[in-house]
Amino acid sequence: MTTGVQPGEPMLRLQEVRKHFPVRSAHLLERTTEQVHAVDGVSLTVSRGETLGLVGETGCGKSTLARCIAGLVGLTSGQIWFEGRRIDSLSTRQMRPLRRDIQVVFQDPYGSLNPRRRVGSIIGDPFAVHGLVSGTARRRAVQDLMEMVGLNPEHYNRFPAEFSGGQRQRIGVARALALHPKLVICDEPVSALDVSIQAQIINLLLDLQSELGLTYVFISHDLSVVRHVSDRIAVMYLGRIAEVAPSDELFDRTRHPYTRALLSALPAPDPDLADSRSRIVLSGDVPSPVHPPSGCRFHPRCPKATRECTEVEPDLAPVLDDGAEHLAACLHPLEVGEDLTRARPSVHPAGRTVTTEVPT
Amino acid sequence: MALLEVDDLHVSFQTPDGVVEAVRGLSFEVDDGQTLAIVGESGSGKSVATQTITGLTRGATVSGRARFKGTDLLHCSTEQLRQIRGAGIGMIFQDPLSSLHPYYRVGWQIVEMIRAHDRTVTKAQARRRAVELLGLVGIPAPENRVDDYPHQFSGGMRQRVMIAMAMALNPALLIADEPTTALDVTVQEQVLSVMGRLQEEFGTAIVLITHDLGIVAELSDEVVVMYAGTAMERASRRTIFYEHHHPYTEGLLGSLPRTGGTRERLTPIPGLPPSLIGLPDACPFAPRCGYAWSRCHEQAPPLSPVYSDPHHLSACWLPGQRDERAQARRRTQTGSGVRAA
Ligand SMILES: Nc1ncnc2c1ncn2[C@@H]1O[C@H](COP(=O)(O)OP(=O)(O)OP(=O)(O)O)[C@@H](O)[C@H]1O
Ligand SMILES: Nc1ncnc2c1ncn2[C@@H]1O[C@H](COP(=O)(O)OP(=O)(O)OP(=O)(O)O)[C@@H](O)[C@H]1O
Ligand code: SF4
Ligand code: SF4
Ligand SMILES: [Mg+2]
Ligand SMILES: [Mg+2]
Repeated sequence: MTTGVQPGEPMLRLQEVRKHFPVRSAHLLERTTEQVHAVDGVSLTVSRGETLGLVGETGCGKSTLARCIAGLVGLTSGQIWFEGRRIDSLSTRQMRPLRRDIQVVFQDPYGSLNPRRRVGSIIGDPFAVHGLVSGTARRRAVQDLMEMVGLNPEHYNRFPAEFSGGQRQRIGVARALALHPKLVICDEPVSALDVSIQAQIINLLLDLQSELGLTYVFISHDLSVVRHVSDRIAVMYLGRIAEVAPSDELFDRTRHPYTRALLSALPAPDPDLADSRSRIVLSGDVPSPVHPPSGCRFHPRCPKATRECTEVEPDLAPVLDDGAEHLAACLHPLEVGEDLTRARPSVHPAGRTVTTEVPT
Repeated sequence: MALLEVDDLHVSFQTPDGVVEAVRGLSFEVDDGQTLAIVGESGSGKSVATQTITGLTRGATVSGRARFKGTDLLHCSTEQLRQIRGAGIGMIFQDPLSSLHPYYRVGWQIVEMIRAHDRTVTKAQARRRAVELLGLVGIPAPENRVDDYPHQFSGGMRQRVMIAMAMALNPALLIADEPTTALDVTVQEQVLSVMGRLQEEFGTAIVLITHDLGIVAELSDEVVVMYAGTAMERASRRTIFYEHHHPYTEGLLGSLPRTGGTRERLTPIPGLPPSLIGLPDACPFAPRCGYAWSRCHEQAPPLSPVYSDPHHLSACWLPGQRDERAQARRRTQTGSGVRAA
């Protein structure tokens, strides 16, 4: 806990982080490789003890960003600072103590658990790797963790295949929490769980946070859950941050048209509301991260797009009368109360526009 | 006759700890063009039940009947089942990685699947269909991505590839196990609308397994609520949300985050799910139920009509004074948009 953090220095700071992956060219005869711009210039800060929610379309780079922060993949460019220390260029050995401080609960509860190992030893892994508690003490610690996340401690000797999807996700949560990390990146930690266990895990994460001062980056596509746990929410689109603001502010004073579309598509668990909802259906293809659109990346699907949007890439900055904590990357940000369902783009990129669906 | 009729399905596994009764007497029907949502506890047997119906559970003891267009899937030949799978029943699994082979290109896997059912389709035709399907489920630049390997796709994109495969042969029934779990709402909406279009055009029936009660509220016709391997309640969508009878259903709906209640503790159902080994003849929910009394611990309640309504079944000893209960619930739920509208 006694790292020389300057007062006011955030726990985590990302500066222009980029991660590109090579992919084969589409043209069979060309041997060139192209790049998937999975994360393409993300700057963010996370303060100690806060929860930053990260939402965005599938494939927009959320998991890749999580892997960058945890040091599981190297950056293409940019910098990451953790507790005042630059961590993006550390060697594996230098990274090792940080592995304790930064833990990830992975999105895929199947791929991330070795099917041939018993659950007890999977959860006990972090203890083994870091040479901590062993023998019966380790077993007890693991069983405590199992109980904490709602698994039956008697199932210590079972294999992952004998657990349901939701149970396996709880194994991942238990493993990540084993060493009381400082920063936990939760990549869709509850989306595979039933709502009662979701509530249990969210309560657990909230309790651990207030007890241990944990800091979370919470990735989810479920905005109602993200809103519930997050102090601030960052909305990602095609490798970049579209908007970031304190949670309520993001909901009440939405600036970015993409954020508004996300909020309007949120299904309400109430048939009356579901039947009367007016949503903004984004049509058009999800653009390829290999060739991101020019200017604002959202322009081919944006109801407010103008010619300028196709040419100028907007900065992530306060817009209109917003304070420094509310940033949006948009040239024509929404006014509070502006009705986006009536907006029509003034450019029609390749006929791809937006349709709005009004309930019948 | 319903398209699919599942009757008294039991599935159990032999394990070193004893016999795990994963599915215990589950019955439901699905009609052409209908969407049946199966919701409920993690580990309540939703996946095991649907995988057993399609012959994909290994090492299990199975009993009961599952009639698809009159053929009992639990007692037909492997060859019959293979034909029905894919062409008759399309499946989208909860676990996209394990159902996509990691070493083969995605497009190749779709092509093989199409050709396995119809050898008269040429490779080129099947490949065109694969590209078309990938486009249909919203994979950008499908003609480029068709030759990628599964690991090169994001979690949500893999899920969409699965959906493309399940739809390849225009099945009469689509079983979708958590089809949108990994997807954000805008893509979720696209995927569900693709499934909806299929349903409208071809009268496809859908069995939708999901934890997302928002989706259930939006597009199911009927809902089965499962707990500990069996149905606790079965009714139309509105009945489940507004006039549910079973305390477990009440607990599930009560666990949802409410609008604006940022950072408050949520209200999960207290206690842990039961072990599925050696369950006593009692209501499986009794140890966690706020209404439980002695009878609940002595005898398992059968799934039976609430207030003599044949379309509303509940496995609970509580009387079905629907009006009073429903009114009380509606009061506690109003304004509960629960999630932001
Ligand atoms: N190893 C890889 N090789 C090539 N492309 C990759 C690789 N890993 C990720 N990508 C691509 O990078 C982009 C971002 O993927 P990522 O998994 O970060 O998305 P995500 O936001 O987590 O999506 P989801 O919500 O579906 O999990 C996608 O286009 C994906 O196909
Ligand atoms: N091969 C197996 N051996 C022993 N037990 C098993 C096996 N497969 C599943 N089970 C058990 O059967 C029960 C039902 O599992 P299933 O995967 O159907 O749950 P589910 O309702 O789909 O849950 P989730 O919502 O988490 O996906 C679980 O308790 C699980 O542990
Ligand atoms: S910059 Fe233009 S295209 Fe981009 S979100 Fe704003 S209005 Fe839409
Ligand atoms: S039968 Fe009894 S224990 Fe079971 S749900 Fe009904 S009231 Fe509760
Ligand atoms: Mg991801
Ligand atoms: Mg399942």
